[in-house]
Amino acid sequence: MSVKVRIPTILRTYTGGQSEVPAEGATLSEVIASLERNHPGIGARVLDDQGKLRRFVNVYVNDDDVRFEGGLDAATPDGAGVSIIPAVAGG
Amino acid sequence: MAVQTVAADTHSSAVDLGPAAALSCRECGERFELGPIFACAACFGPLEVAYDLPSGSPEELKKRIAEGPDNIWRYAPLLPVPSDVADKPNINPGFTKLVKADNLARELGVTGGLYVKDDSGNPTHSFKDRVVAIAVEAARAFGFTTLSCSSTGNLAGAVGAAAARAGFRSCVFIPHDLEQGKVVMAAVYGGELVGIDGNYDDVNRFCSELIGDPLGEGWGFVNVNLRPYYGEGSKTLAYEICEQLGWRLPDQLVIPIASGSQLTKIDKGLQELIKLGLVEDKPYKIFGAQAEGCSPVSTAFKAGHDVVRPQKPNTIAKSLAIGNPADGPYVLDIARRTGGAVEDVNDEQVVDAIKLLARTEGIFAETAGGVTVGVTKKLIEAGLLDPSLTTVVLNTGDGLKTLDAVAPTTGLSATIRPSLDAFRDAGLAAAN
Repeated sequence: MSVKVRIPTILRTYTGGQSEVPAEGATLSEVIASLERNHPGIGARVLDDQGKLRRFVNVYVNDDDVRFEGGLDAATPDGAGVSIIPAVAGG
Repeated sequence: MAVQTVAADTHSSAVDLGPAAALSCRECGERFELGPIFACAACFGPLEVAYDLPSGSPEELKKRIAEGPDNIWRYAPLLPVPSDVADKPNINPGFTKLVKADNLARELGVTGGLYVKDDSGNPTHSFKDRVVAIAVEAARAFGFTTLSCSSTGNLAGAVGAAAARAGFRSCVFIPHDLEQGKVVMAAVYGGELVGIDGNYDDVNRFCSELIGDPLGEGWGFVNVNLRPYYGEGSKTLAYEICEQLGWRLPDQLVIPIASGSQLTKIDKGLQELIKLGLVEDKPYKIFGAQAEGCSPVSTAFKAGHDVVRPQKPNTIAKSLAIGNPADGPYVLDIARRTGGAVEDVNDEQVVDAIKLLARTEGIFAETAGGVTVGVTKKLIEAGLLDPSLTTVVLNTGDGLKTLDAVAPTTGLSATIRPSLDAFRDAGLAAAN
């Protein structure tokens, strides 16, 4: 499965400034592992020491918040858009 | 800890924002230079303003505050704004009434003193004018030309008005299905108002993506890239409440929760006053109030969790309808640390509470005010809020914004012919 991942500004130091990068994987967990292979260091910014999504990171697969879709087990269909977004906005 | 220089998105770090010294990550403590950034580059945690607070005696500071203007700029020494802020074009909110609510107190059985901090008296009739006024100064300092936000309605109006006064372009984003009153009150100031086909969390997500895209270049989103500054405006509620009580801390506060930012900043403001010696260092309890149809923080509190699971909102209290509250975990920390609680009420209880406050105190609250009054009643009945202690309940907006909530059950008592006989027959004459 090939997906496109939107990268927030604070992680673009890992992607050479690119705001969108390709990744592979059938689940969010596999997509993040793919990101880490291509952009070493980015995984530890998104995941905590226990390997869970950090609590101030929101991830969407297409329009769906992955917290409603199984978290790291959320399916990432071929061609999906994955967005990583800081959670500390709004209000 | 070293102060990092942040290159990305930073227009300038050589800015004059008064006592603001740096941005500090609330999660990991990493510090950053002042700039239009909002999330920690190390852990994604929220950034907040760290200060060099004024030195000198508490009495000198109280005198300086008392000599200031009758708005939030009297507290400029404690805010991230330039010292000459009162001379700049802004909406100058604050110093709203703290109403001693004796009639409501009798109704609820409160004997220790009950007060309503009525923020409907702000320029655009909600507390949002406080936070926006601070964000305007940050936007000016960082050289932005467009003000924007994601809004449940009140913020859109506050941004529109502030942009008009301060000379910014504004373009704000709201869910497409907001109350008509809020849409009109946001649009009238002449900026662009864009409805998004989704709920508030969808709007917020869109704005967070826009801020990282060249399409959003030069835009100051008050509650995204200016959020660390914006949030500080809510501290002024704490300052005012204590000053209006004669520089005393209330024993208990009941505060509505949307993102949770307001509650956390009121706590920060109270802690600053204690640190500065402006009030006695004594315990206080903070209670959070949500609507049952959007109660992610209340649900987590009651379940004993420290993680807030997002919800899909369904409530008439649309100004509180944030299903994924950014500051939710900190609200849980504060409620537990202070010995308070987080509770919720259903929509019917919200409407009943709006009417209760209106008929006892002559204050017409928007739905968020109905939530705080309703939760106050529920907390007293549950024995969680002590009626013998001084209690402050926040009303954060004007009931005229949410007429839809009460219109179905509020209206004419009777329609009669213009004659004394008809009046008598309707039983409307005063009882002797």
